[in-house]
Amino acid sequence: MLNPVDLAAVWLTLKLAGTATAVLLLLGTPLAWWLARTRHWAKGVIGALVTLPLVLPPTVLGFYLLVLMGPDGIFGRLLAAGGLQPLPFTFAGLVVASVIYSMPFVVQPLQQAFEAIGEQPLEAAATLRANPWDTFFAVVLPLARPGFMTAGILGFAHTVGEFGVVLMIGGNIPDKTQVLSMAIYNHVEALEYEAAHRLAAGMLAFSFTVLLLLNALKPERLR
Amino acid sequence: MSIRARFRLPYPTFTLDVDLDLPGQGITALFGRSGSGKTTLLRCIAGLEKAAGGFVAVNGEIWQDGARRLPVHRRPLGYVFQEARLFPHLDVAANLDFGRRRIAEHQRRVSLERAVELLGIGHLLDRRCDRLSGGERQRVAIARALATSPRLLLMDEPLAALDHARKQEILPYLEQLRDEMEIPVLYVSHAPDEVARLADHIVVVDHGRAVTQGPLAEILARVDRPLRLGDDAGVVFSGMVVERDAEWHLARIVFAGGEVWVRDGGAAVGRRVRLRILARDVSIARSRHDDASIMNLLPATVVSHVTEDHPAVALLQLRVGDTPMLARLTRHSAARLELAPGQQVWAQIKAVALVG
Repeated sequence: MLNPVDLAAVWLTLKLAGTATAVLLLLGTPLAWWLARTRHWAKGVIGALVTLPLVLPPTVLGFYLLVLMGPDGIFGRLLAAGGLQPLPFTFAGLVVASVIYSMPFVVQPLQQAFEAIGEQPLEAAATLRANPWDTFFAVVLPLARPGFMTAGILGFAHTVGEFGVVLMIGGNIPDKTQVLSMAIYNHVEALEYEAAHRLAAGMLAFSFTVLLLLNALKPERLR
Repeated sequence: MSIRARFRLPYPTFTLDVDLDLPGQGITALFGRSGSGKTTLLRCIAGLEKAAGGFVAVNGEIWQDGARRLPVHRRPLGYVFQEARLFPHLDVAANLDFGRRRIAEHQRRVSLERAVELLGIGHLLDRRCDRLSGGERQRVAIARALATSPRLLLMDEPLAALDHARKQEILPYLEQLRDEMEIPVLYVSHAPDEVARLADHIVVVDHGRAVTQGPLAEILARVDRPLRLGDDAGVVFSGMVVERDAEWHLARIVFAGGEVWVRDGGAAVGRRVRLRILARDVSIARSRHDDASIMNLLPATVVSHVTEDHPAVALLQLRVGDTPMLARLTRHSAARLELAPGQQVWAQIKAVALVG
């Protein structure tokens, strides 16, 4: 069905989306918790920064990431000082870019889920001897589970579909940074419509399934 | 044995300013209208309000003073909120176990079985929380708090969200809790009937201050109206069932100062019961009238009388033996009967309520 290059692209895409989603949930959870609970003046600024990728053209984001992470960029130099190679055109670079790019899709559902829980169950847990960490794991996590499912699915799906950021920061290196959307683009460029179809139809089916899944996850009262 | 709480904190609509020394046993009602600060006071004692400073000590254990402040989860308290606040992701049994399993084994003085039995919720254990009625939810919440073996139980209007029938369903459980558990309770309420039925001690809260406090019977019998109960003014006292009349379904209750007949509520002979007589159900006669429908006629001495909120109405304080009583009548009647302190009269009591 798929040639080895396409297969590698599919595998790389899944690997990238999986890794990015894991990192997103790890970073997004405390960030969303903080945004949901704080009255700090910086809440607006941080919230806007997290949401920025929603409105920014991916190429703009990718361009600045390339500049910052390149050998002459601030982060690039920091990495070099630490004896690490620069991130652009590597898988790690793709992960970093994807995490930033998909952050709002993870943080927003989580933040909404945390806000919906409110203060009341937390107070009740405290009067039942649960310390704040205990409360988070025993009460907040289970109550926010639909939020986590939504966040995970959206983060994964959004990463699978990215193009512009990857193009800027990762290039189009088969087996290394060539993801699905890139492979489709290559096929179209080469006028291999049938091969493009196979991948594109797969993406279409995948996206549809994701939305169907999300709908099924919604609590009954929202349907 | 006492509960000490001292706070001085500004809030938008009042300043909480209290220095309380409450009995370390029984039910103490924090009574006041909504917005008086009684819930805030309860939350401060629990540590739920970010109250800097202040002082809280419960039967010798300091929970909070100028130097340190135990976080809520380190205070050995039970808290029952107005809305039960059960955890919706857990069934009844898991809710009950939530607090209990978080305390050390040697501190578990109230067993889960005891809490379940006391609140009568044994048949609900594997029920989901959204399959419970309002009354059942609140009973589970109370049992959940009890199962942590608290040294102080704080209850914030636990019946306020329930209708009359549900209230009547829960009140007997609360009485049992009061009579059988040795856990001091602070009970926030604005409902005079709940307070009359449950409390041993009362603190009247208004604008963030404790305006009056003392034993319930004593405070209720005062005519200077710190409570401003209006139609609900009346006294509470205890007596003992000495006779049950099977033919008329009445019970004779003896109290310090006399005896009354009440509807037989099923209490056995020898049981101590609590009686409530509202001021509006007591009328006054200079001589004994045996030709009226009133069954309970008690010789009484006038102590004092004051004018009520409406200039037509007077509130009369009487003494029946050692028991104070209130009567409400028009000022016109009071003048016509030439009522004065020290005078002997007959108190005609239209209704006596057994309140537990």
